[in-house]
Amino acid sequence: MQRFVWVRFGAVLKKEFIHILRDRASLIMAIALPIVMLIIFGYAINTNVEHLPTVVWDQAQTADSRELITSIRNTQYMDPDNYVQGYQEIEGYLDSGKARAAVIIPPDFGKKIQGMEQANVQVLVDGSDPTVARAVMSAVQMLGLNKSLELQSERLVARGTATGLELPLNLVTRVWYNPDMRSRVFNIPALIGLILQSVIAMLTSFSIVREKERGTMEQLVVTPILPLELMLGKLLPYVVIGFVSMSLIMLTGIFWFGVVPVGSIPLLFLLATLFLVTILAIGLLISSIAKTQLQAMQMTFIILLPSILLSGFIFPRETMPKLLQILGGLLPLTYFLKIVRGIFLKGVGIEYLWQDSLTLCAFAIILLAIASKKFKKTLD
Amino acid sequence: MNLAIDCQGLVKRFGNYTAVQGVTFQIPPGKIMGFVGPNGSGKTTIIRMLCGVLVPTEGQATVLGFDVLTQPEEIKQRIGYMSQKFSLYDDLTVGENLDFYAGVYNLQGKMARAEKTRVIELIGLGDRTSQLVAALSGGWKQRVALGCALLHNPQLLILDEPTAGVDPVTRRVFWDLIHKLAKEGMTVLVSTHYMDEADTCDYLGFVFYGRLIAFGSPEDMKKSEAKDNLDDLFIYYVEHEASDDPRNLALKKGGRG
Repeated sequence: MQRFVWVRFGAVLKKEFIHILRDRASLIMAIALPIVMLIIFGYAINTNVEHLPTVVWDQAQTADSRELITSIRNTQYMDPDNYVQGYQEIEGYLDSGKARAAVIIPPDFGKKIQGMEQANVQVLVDGSDPTVARAVMSAVQMLGLNKSLELQSERLVARGTATGLELPLNLVTRVWYNPDMRSRVFNIPALIGLILQSVIAMLTSFSIVREKERGTMEQLVVTPILPLELMLGKLLPYVVIGFVSMSLIMLTGIFWFGVVPVGSIPLLFLLATLFLVTILAIGLLISSIAKTQLQAMQMTFIILLPSILLSGFIFPRETMPKLLQILGGLLPLTYFLKIVRGIFLKGVGIEYLWQDSLTLCAFAIILLAIASKKFKKTLD
Repeated sequence: MNLAIDCQGLVKRFGNYTAVQGVTFQIPPGKIMGFVGPNGSGKTTIIRMLCGVLVPTEGQATVLGFDVLTQPEEIKQRIGYMSQKFSLYDDLTVGENLDFYAGVYNLQGKMARAEKTRVIELIGLGDRTSQLVAALSGGWKQRVALGCALLHNPQLLILDEPTAGVDPVTRRVFWDLIHKLAKEGMTVLVSTHYMDEADTCDYLGFVFYGRLIAFGSPEDMKKSEAKDNLDDLFIYYVEHEASDDPRNLALKKGGRG
């Protein structure tokens, strides 16, 4: 067994730093690209339903109907800006996508409300996007219920049958961790993980294969350097670059989007660095297997793509079939998402995150070991 | 007697294809051994086996007294290697390339600086240490690559077609250096296509279709086949060997060359 020699490791380290500093374009990309991506995607991935274009066919044209339309606008979910006459026009609006919902108020609306009868209002929702449709429907139903209760109590008071009206059942719901249910609070921390992964893995996935293509690998294998010295020497500079990149993207999330971590920031940085090392190790493994930079790029994509869907980034893992849950469990991002969301949203400490952290550690060590093993010092 | 290289029946197969078959030769220390032979004849494969980066399928070899199968890392610490690709880092300066290889051979501090100074003087790199390798001409890259291979004072220098594509003056300067190193006691194993270079070696090996078909001093080899110069000898061997080789048909049709 050969001994690890610090001088050889140091030589690789120094050389890699020079490579990185001379290649300004890649350096800028590694540091600036994540910030740009976060700003763009941070706005793009917003599952909050707000200001949906809505058409109104108000056949009643009374004070009551106008009040109803105002209440709908006040929910912020819908913008009833377009007024039409007739179903044909409504269909045109919905078909063309100029409106995503339609409100139809019958001619006798005001009369029925005043006459203590039941008034019907029809709301049509474009269900092509189920998430949007569900949000609008529950908002409209909630509005209808509140309005009815209001009217009912007015009517009862007017009849003199009741004074202070109390509901027989009152369900009190409260949302924890993200009380306003802003999707950004949920998405920004996860986006940080996803973006870091895609940019950082790319960095190391080229580092060894580049030497194969340039022919310098042929020279390296005839020197006494050990695979581990070479691997660590190539990994560490990118940990530094990755750390700078990660810090900037975190700051962007905190100050630009105002998503402030509830939990400990030092812990967040510590565990994010651990994630960084894991991702860099994946890149190194790819690099030691691939024969060309093109292959390395393809392999990186093959690993990155499933992690968007299987890691719990968009869809909750709990609802996936068992097999997909297991597949998702093989991705480091899955564990990092739990950590980053835990710290950002719930403010939990290491006592809840130690398992995920240990898993990441195991990933890093195993991947590095395989990468060193795969990198043979022979040309067979 | 301590041999620098002792090769006994080396065989290398890649799948069904036999790249090297039964190569046997010995070189005493301090001598220059030249490999000549057509492209694809197996010179590079033999060289790589001796460097410890290709595992022989059969046979055995010791380099500087170490077994290529069991002690490749011992060999790597003691040999200098340079290929025709001049494997340098283009985006590093000459000095940075030298520093890197010094580190890789575990040289540090005063020792590393001293060796670097010695090599810069030996190769005549002078004030070029701060230039980027990308900006150097082929001849200068060749010298820098040689410098990188000499930093750790190797006992054996292995050069795989070091002068391919280099101008005649630079070749002359390079070979003067090789002879100087050999005089100081370094063993040199070099492959080449230039017969004027081969003529100055102490030993010559003629490699053809993976076999070492002739081995000896250039004088002896010329005498044994009654040829005036190595060019004639080279062509004679190719024709002679190809005529009784089943693959000569492919050769004449313009196949593997």
